[in-house]
Amino acid sequence: MEVPILKQGDYLIASIQSALTDADLSQLREALVERVGRFRSRGVIVDVTALDVMDSFAVRTLRDIAHMARLRGAETVIVGIQPEVAFAMVQLGLTLKGVATALDLEEGLNFLNRRGKERLDRA
Amino acid sequence: MPDESSVPIRSDVDIVSARQRGRELAAECGFEIGDQTVIAAAISEIARNILMYAKRGEIRFRGLADGDRQGMVVVAEDQGPGIRDVSLALKDGFSTSGGLGLGLPGARRLMDEFEVSSEVGRGTTITMKKWIRRGHA
Repeated sequence: MEVPILKQGDYLIASIQSALTDADLSQLREALVERVGRFRSRGVIVDVTALDVMDSFAVRTLRDIAHMARLRGAETVIVGIQPEVAFAMVQLGLTLKGVATALDLEEGLNFLNRRGKERLDRA
Repeated sequence: MPDESSVPIRSDVDIVSARQRGRELAAECGFEIGDQTVIAAAISEIARNILMYAKRGEIRFRGLADGDRQGMVVVAEDQGPGIRDVSLALKDGFSTSGGLGLGLPGARRLMDEFEVSSEVGRGTTITMKKWIRRGHA
C-alpha cells in the first residue's frame, strides 16, 4: 500500500494509513527523499499513528529517511508513536537516536516551525 | 481457547499477515493491547528472519493453558540453512545479513520463554511463549 505524501508549504507530510510491508517502507523512503528535492522542502513529517508495530526494519527505514532527508537539507520529525508501540520498541532495544519525534501532527508542525525560525535567526 | 492457526512465510506481505493474525489470536487469548503489540513485534522479527535466511517457512500459534496460567505459543519453523552458533545469533548486534542484529535477541526480550533449535543444513525452529500477567494491567 502506497503512503500518501501531502505537500504543505515548505513541508511534506507522509501519513501512514495502515500496516506496511518492508517494500512499502522502502518505497516511502525513496519517494520522500525524491520529493524533498522536487518541492525544495525544508521539513518532513512522518505520521506513524496507524502503524501496528515498529519492528527493527521499520525503525531502520525511518532512521534512514531522517538521515537522507537531512543530507538533502530537510529536517524530519516522526509523530504519533503509540504508547504500546513505544513499549515494544524499548523492549526490542530499538531507538530512534538522532531522529526528532513529537507526540502528534500538531506538535510535529510546531517543531518544524521552531526549527525554521532558528534557521532564519542564524542567517 | 482459540484454535491453532498458521501463516506461511514466503514474502514480506506474509510478515504483516503473520503479525496481524498473531495479534488477533493474542486478543482472543485475553492479552491486553500492550502485550498484543509485544507479541506482534516478536512475530514480525522472527518472520523476517525466516524470509531473510530461509526464504520460506511457517509460523504457527495457539493459545496455552497451564494450570491457572493462560498464554500463547508461537512456533516459527523453516527448512533453511540453520544457525551455526545459536548463542552468537542471540547476541545483540550480531547479524550475518547486514541488518541491525536485533531480530532474535529482541524477540527473546519481548517474550517470556524462548527456545531455538537449529541444525545446520536442516532448518530452524523457534518456540516462544508469552503468559498473561495477572494482578496489574
